[in-house]
Formats: sequence, C-alpha cells, structure tokens
Amino acid sequence: MGRKTIKVDYLARVEGEGALNVTIRDGQVSKAELRIFEPPRFFEAFLRGRDYAEAPDVTARICGICPVAYQMSAVHAMENALGIEVEGQLRALRRLLYCGEWIESHALHIYMLHAPDFLGYAGAVDMARDYPDIVKRGLSLKKAGNAIMALLGGREIHPINVRVGGFYRTPTRKELEPLAETLKQARENALATVRWTAGLEMPEAERDYHLVALHHPGEYAMNVGRIVSNRGLDIAVADYNRHFVESHVQRSTALHSHLREHDCYLVGPLARYSLNHGQLSSLARETAKEAGLGVTCTNPFQSIVVRSVEVVYACDEALRIIDEYREPERPFELAEPKASEGFGCTEAPRGLLFHRYRLDASGGILEAQIVPPTAQNQPSIEADLKDLVGGWLDLPADTLRERCEQTIRNYDPCISCATHFLKLDVRHE
Amino acid sequence: MARSDHKPRLGVWKFASCDGCQLTLLDCEDELLQVAGAVDIAYFPEAARGSGRGTYDLSLVEGSITTLHDAERIQDVRRRSRTLVTIGACATAGGIQALRNFADIDDFMAAVYAHPEYIETLSTSTPIADHVPVDFELRGCPISKQQLLEVVSAYLCGRRPVTPAHSVCLDCKLRGNVCVMVAHGTPCLGPMTHSGCNALCPSYNRGCYGCYGPKENPNAPALSERLDQLGMGRAERLRFYRTFNAWAGPFREESERHGP
Repeated sequence: MGRKTIKVDYLARVEGEGALNVTIRDGQVSKAELRIFEPPRFFEAFLRGRDYAEAPDVTARICGICPVAYQMSAVHAMENALGIEVEGQLRALRRLLYCGEWIESHALHIYMLHAPDFLGYAGAVDMARDYPDIVKRGLSLKKAGNAIMALLGGREIHPINVRVGGFYRTPTRKELEPLAETLKQARENALATVRWTAGLEMPEAERDYHLVALHHPGEYAMNVGRIVSNRGLDIAVADYNRHFVESHVQRSTALHSHLREHDCYLVGPLARYSLNHGQLSSLARETAKEAGLGVTCTNPFQSIVVRSVEVVYACDEALRIIDEYREPERPFELAEPKASEGFGCTEAPRGLLFHRYRLDASGGILEAQIVPPTAQNQPSIEADLKDLVGGWLDLPADTLRERCEQTIRNYDPCISCATHFLKLDVRHE
Repeated sequence: MARSDHKPRLGVWKFASCDGCQLTLLDCEDELLQVAGAVDIAYFPEAARGSGRGTYDLSLVEGSITTLHDAERIQDVRRRSRTLVTIGACATAGGIQALRNFADIDDFMAAVYAHPEYIETLSTSTPIADHVPVDFELRGCPISKQQLLEVVSAYLCGRRPVTPAHSVCLDCKLRGNVCVMVAHGTPCLGPMTHSGCNALCPSYNRGCYGCYGPKENPNAPALSERLDQLGMGRAERLRFYRTFNAWAGPFREESERHGP
C-alpha cells in the first residue's frame, strides 16, 4: 500500500490553533501528531507576584469558552491553601454557575462544533440552511446556560462575580426564580438533544480507555471530590503530582500529561459518565438508557450523546439548586493570607482541570501550576487516531481526513487553554 | 462599504488570545443567524471549515502579536481586508499576555518551560495597530455583544460605529449605582476606564478592574492619590494598573510611575 499522509493544516471548530499529521505506512498508522501552534501566553509565569485574590480574574483569561472552570479550580486551590471551606448556599451557587458553563459549553460543542461532522457540513451556519429548527434549538439551549452565567457571574465570558471565599454579590431569590422557567424549557431542549444525537450515524469505535474523573460520594462530581479511575486510582487532589506527570514525547512538540504508573488516560464527559453514572439524576439516567447508552461509554464518537445527557443533568441540577435556594447571610467567607500551598481540581466541560499555588505570608503567589484537560487528553487523542485510522483506510481521502478531524473534535479540545505549558517548536522531518 | 449586489465577505482571525471575543459572536444567540444571513462568513475557523484564501470586506481580528510568524500573518490579513476591526483587549492593547513587556522574557520562559530553547516567541505582546493600520478598535476583555453587533451593523450600513467614550463612572450614575469607592472605600478603576460593560463590577459590589482599558484623557495621578488615601500600597497600585490592558498608554504610564 505504501505511504500516505493525512494533513490538516488548521483544525477548524476547535478552540485555539492546532494542526494534525497522520502518517500511514503499509496499512498501519506509523505516526499521529496533534500539532499545536498556539502562541505561548505565560500565565504561570506572570501569576507569580500577583495577589491570591486576583487568581480567579486572571486565570479566567486562559480560556473564553470555559472561564468558570478556571475560576472554580483557582478559588478551590486558594481556599485549600488558606484553610477555609465554602459550604451551604455559597457552595450550591458555585455549582449552579458551573451548571451554566456546562450547559452553554456543551451546547456550543454539540450543535456548532461537533454535529456538522456527523451531517457533513462545514459549520453550524451551513447546517442551519437545511436544519434551521435544530440549530435554533441548540442556540436556545446555549442561551439558557449563558443566562445562568450572566445572572450569577455578571457576564457569560470572564464572569466578574467569583471571588475566593464565595461571591462579591449573591442573588436574591426573586432574581434567581425567573431562571427556573428558562431552565425547564432548556431541559426539554436537552432531552430532544439526547434523542437527536442518539440518532446520528456513529462510526464503530471502541477504545480501551483508562478513564479518570473526579468522584464525590454524594453528588455527580463537578467542583470537588477525589480523583478516581476505572483501573483503581483513588487519590486526594493534593496527591495529583505524585501520580501525574507532564513530559516530553520525542515525536511531539507538545508536553503531554500522563499517569506515572500507566500511560495515557482520558478525562472529560466519557470518563465522568462512566465513573459516576449512578449519580446522574434519574431523568438523565433514563434518557441515557433510552438513547442506548450503557452505564459506561467508550466509543469516543458517542461523546456527543454523553454531553447531551450531561446537559439534561445540568438542567436538572440547576433547577434543584434554584428550588432549594435560600439567600445566604453573607456573600463570602473571609480568608486570612498565610504562607501555604493549595490544590484545586474541578470538572471543566472538557475534563479534569488541576491548579496548584504556593503563597507567601501576605498572600502573594510564589508559584502557580495549571494543568488543563486538553493537555491531559493529548496523548489519548493521538492514541485514538493510531488505533482507529487503520480501520478506515478504504474511505476516500477527503472522508478519511474529515474522520480524523472528527476524532479530534470528539474531545472538544481547547487548545488556547493548553498552550501555556506546551512546547511550540514545530518541526518537520 | 457594502454594495447591495454582493454579500460582504467576513473573516474572523485569531492571534494570541483566549478565543473569548470571537466566541462573543457565537454568543449572539438571537442574532447569529441574522448576521449569517447578511454577510458571507467566509473564514471563521472556530465555527466552520474554510480555506482562508481570498479577500475580505470586513475582517474581525482577535488577539495580540507575540510571534514573528504572527507579525507576518497580520500583514497578509491587512492586505486582503478592505476594513479591519480589532476586537478585544488583546488586539487593541496587547492583552494580559503583555505583562511580559514589563519582564525579562527569559525568566518567563524558564518559569514555564523545561526547554525554553524550543519556544518561538517575541519578547513583547503588542496590539494589532502597532503593526498595521486599523480601521476601528473595539475594546473589552471580553468585548460586549451589543457593541459587536453595533460594529457589524454599522459596517453593513456604511457608517461609523457608535461606542461611547465616556468613563465607567458615568455608566454607574446612569445605572443608579452607589459609588463603591465613595461609599465603601473599595478601590475602583472606573474613573479611568472606558465605558462598554455598563458598569458591571460596581453593580456587583466590587470595584472596576479596567476590562475596557483607559478612557481618553484620564487623570491617572488623581486616581492614584485617592487609592493611596484608601490604603492601597505602591506595589498593589502597580498591579491594579497592570491587568488585561496593562500595555495601553495611560495604564502603562501610571503603572510605571509606581515601578521600582
């Protein structure tokens, strides 16, 4: 068969700038490289010397698509360092804000970035010509998530209301209640989304993933929990660096994160769903079952269905929080600066997001470490390509290239997020 | 200006950024399909596959220039764009990544990368207007949805966009906010900051932190004096001016007055 190269010079419908090279030799994939040419922005460097209280505003700017994830991991890490716990309604409001981000980010990915792959369109705007009602449903769902972000966070992108210890201002019951109507409608749209995505033609693909996600005994893990896996990992967030390591892979110019004891692993919706299925709301579980999903899911193309199930859950959970909301006495717990180290890990829409900070006695940041989900998934993306492309070689060249792109978009990779610790030297053989 | 017999070709370009400002276009959920009907979205890689070849009637440019490659690429984008509008603090002021401009880039690289020799980067992060002529600059970290729609529709009608240039303070008055600095002693960049967010932070009981950059002719020393009276130390004031628009003239100059 000889040698064949699939090249995608600029990956579309992902956040940030990346490219793909797959080399096939004699019917085998000899090389699969996800290249990153996003310029470095040096967040970990310029966080040094800033005040601990600035971390949520600064780290939000790592990503415009999932700023809440950065804010949540940052405030949890700072609170861990300073020895305060945010409980009760403030904790619930944080979860509500995160539900908003899950809904808007998942809806964006499902309808605008991922679905065009299954239906053969360049993008959602093209798709809207033939499926106007479907695209409108996606936009409406996304808008509902954004409504939570705008009310609780002040705005959808880079919310301003998140602070270490809680919020600057908490909403009144009266302000929060109208969201419930929006979310009930959104839940209907989310249910329709699960049914619709379940009907899309799915490429056959099963992968033997090492799935890693947060797990919490009392709830579908979002903001807090232990880091667990389907192969027996069960560690506290503070032990992250004992088990995970970022390293250089010679064939790639990007740093890859992997488990010391194993190798590559998968974070994100498939991992969360498969490890925490029993904690979904009953509606989300039933809908998943109707859609033909088992209690675990390891077909990466079905991530679009799993995301849709998580949107049903996030709508349910947001409605529960609004229903049980009582205005807290004060909007935040006060923190006293001290020399310390803190760890925070939350579930960004794309998966585990780890932060670590070392602080001086006055609360100045001495050191910051941020490991975003896309960096953790990079080796897994390449492994998917290596594993799956061999089975698709009889596809026409264009279809094969598109299938490779789709394989990457299964992950909803966020390349801007990943950039601040990626190697950016792009070398060609 | 748009001619009636042809749909203007729109391009959305990304340089060093978080993608938040181009996402704002997708966040216009109610208007997106209308916009898409009025223009030909010819290049927008975050939203659709496309080659990026050809010329553009309107280019929206997000992000700052931080690599040699991008410094060349923006020249090409300019050559092929009839109207070029920068969107957001990165493109109009260098963004938060311009914090490197005050530091030694080698220190920054050593702090983040195991092998700094592999990194291709400039020692500065600079706004698009430092490199090519820009027809209009839309501010904000992130930009405002309403202002983005105003810019696009102004372009379609062949008029200048209307984006008020007053300070956040005036927006607070219009919104009926109690001044957080006067009433609570909360440090606020509002007096120096360009309007655009509808005085968001003071409406949530916190001080403005300058997302929209400096307004025209701000009185920075007067604000610094007030911050001093509120007990904000010199180093703290320096950081206050150095955030998402750190490299924008008046913020930069005032921060430098607080430097070592």
